[in-house]
Amino acid sequence: MLTRFLKPYSLCFSICLLPLLGIVIDMIFDNLGPDPIQALHIRLGDWSLRLLWLTLLITPLQTITQWRGMAQYRKLLGLYTFFYASLHVIAYVWLDQGLVWGTIFTDVIESSYIWFGFLAYLIVLALALTTPKRIVKLLGKNWKKLHRTIYIASIAVIIHYYWQLKGNLAEPLFYLIILALLLGFRLAVWFKNRKFTKMMIPTTRKIRVVKVDSLTEDQTTAGQSKAIVIEEVNEES
Amino acid sequence: MIIKTNKCIPSSEITDPAIFKQRRQIIKAMLAMGITGSGIYSCFADAIESKWQNVPKGYQPKTLLTATSNDIVKNHTNYYEFTYNKTDATSLAQVLPIDPWSVEITGEVEKPGVYHLEDLISQQTLQEYVYRFRCVEAWSMVVPWIGFSLADLLKKVQPLSTAQFVQFTTLFDPKNMPNQADNRLLEWPYVEGLRIDEAMHPLSILATGMYGEPLAKQNGAPLRLVVPWKYGFKSIKAIVKIELVKRPPLSTWSKSAPNDYGFYANVNPQVPHPRWSQNSERVLGAGFFTPRRKTELFNGYADEVAALYSNMDLRHFF
Repeated sequence: MLTRFLKPYSLCFSICLLPLLGIVIDMIFDNLGPDPIQALHIRLGDWSLRLLWLTLLITPLQTITQWRGMAQYRKLLGLYTFFYASLHVIAYVWLDQGLVWGTIFTDVIESSYIWFGFLAYLIVLALALTTPKRIVKLLGKNWKKLHRTIYIASIAVIIHYYWQLKGNLAEPLFYLIILALLLGFRLAVWFKNRKFTKMMIPTTRKIRVVKVDSLTEDQTTAGQSKAIVIEEVNEES
Repeated sequence: MIIKTNKCIPSSEITDPAIFKQRRQIIKAMLAMGITGSGIYSCFADAIESKWQNVPKGYQPKTLLTATSNDIVKNHTNYYEFTYNKTDATSLAQVLPIDPWSVEITGEVEKPGVYHLEDLISQQTLQEYVYRFRCVEAWSMVVPWIGFSLADLLKKVQPLSTAQFVQFTTLFDPKNMPNQADNRLLEWPYVEGLRIDEAMHPLSILATGMYGEPLAKQNGAPLRLVVPWKYGFKSIKAIVKIELVKRPPLSTWSKSAPNDYGFYANVNPQVPHPRWSQNSERVLGAGFFTPRRKTELFNGYADEVAALYSNMDLRHFF
């Protein structure tokens, strides 16, 4: 059982290394075109983005297929996202900028598209650092809250992509549509659950209105201006 | 994984100058031996060589620049009329018919008219200008252009005193330029402009060749502008019209994104693009472990051109 289970996992592990292999081969054979550093940024950035999207795909896939064994893949893909994103950052500070921190500082301050990439990387870094089981336990409920910031990271990533382009927006649009589907799925599930919860409230019981209060401004939710306090009518008494 | 293969470049575009010379030597040898009956062919070969090779050096204040490799310059172009991809333009642009070519010179001039490109060139002395080329995307290269002074051309058509600006227009050929046909990205044809004193500056040239060869189509053949102290998008390609005008022309990028691209577009590390820094640049062909180069004011030509902008706030007139 264990070996059968491990096989697709190790396969997935190896497949995720193939893009890096391709990049290294292209670097060695000088196959990255006239602006190799830019090509490197794009290739590493693209793979971080794709892996992040794949990480986000696991939960919807789990919900649809009802198959519960995919959490480890989500973790693996998430860590690979961090891996490629780190290479992307290293290529920028080391190869592109030669670790000259003054120039890097100016470049980051003056380039708003980098801010979004920076934000995304900080989030992915925090998520990677809180991967060990010990820390998951330590964080308890907060772990899930923290790891929901992956949604913010994904939006920052797509802005980072769009913001640096002059002309061709077809490729980021493709990824934007996929992201909209991935995040839209979660929104749909959330709405459905809310509706479902409402349906769970029994409506057959008799209730009577005890008190009607005007709401303060910050309590007001859509289409509601009065707070109605109700009490269940116990017919037996 | 995407494995990029090199696009096929027509052999006419990649003839090695050394091979070219070799061929000529063969022709000469044949001529000397009296094998070639007619001298026409050798004369033709002579004409091409003398036109593009060993041209005298033009006005260039930077004498120690090393040219970027021809291969990089030919395969890294922004030619949005064809594609957004810098490498693909190399093959896509080859469909462009550039011979015969005429240029309309019109507007506030004594001698307006439609001129054959060959006539325009024959009136000028071709010279070599090794210039830095800095793209607004923060990469740069050094190109040995072959061309002539824009001022010399303008003097021939005699601008009127009312001519304050020069407007340039690229060919509109939707049959061959797919993004013009689909009306994609920008308003076509591409339009650029210079103030008359910028146009008359000795650094401003019209290029018809580079690296001892005629200009490659993807690099703007048969005639392009080169203004080395401005971002590359000012140096308009495949020019069909030069108009001297009273009012500042609305250049294509300024029209499309006025907050991102101004009329002047002078290279200036102090004035960032709204979305990215212009403080440094990636030097193409420098190798993996060469860090960026610090961008210079007016792309290093400040001594020559700063006087043109002496009383101007360069942050405002970006």
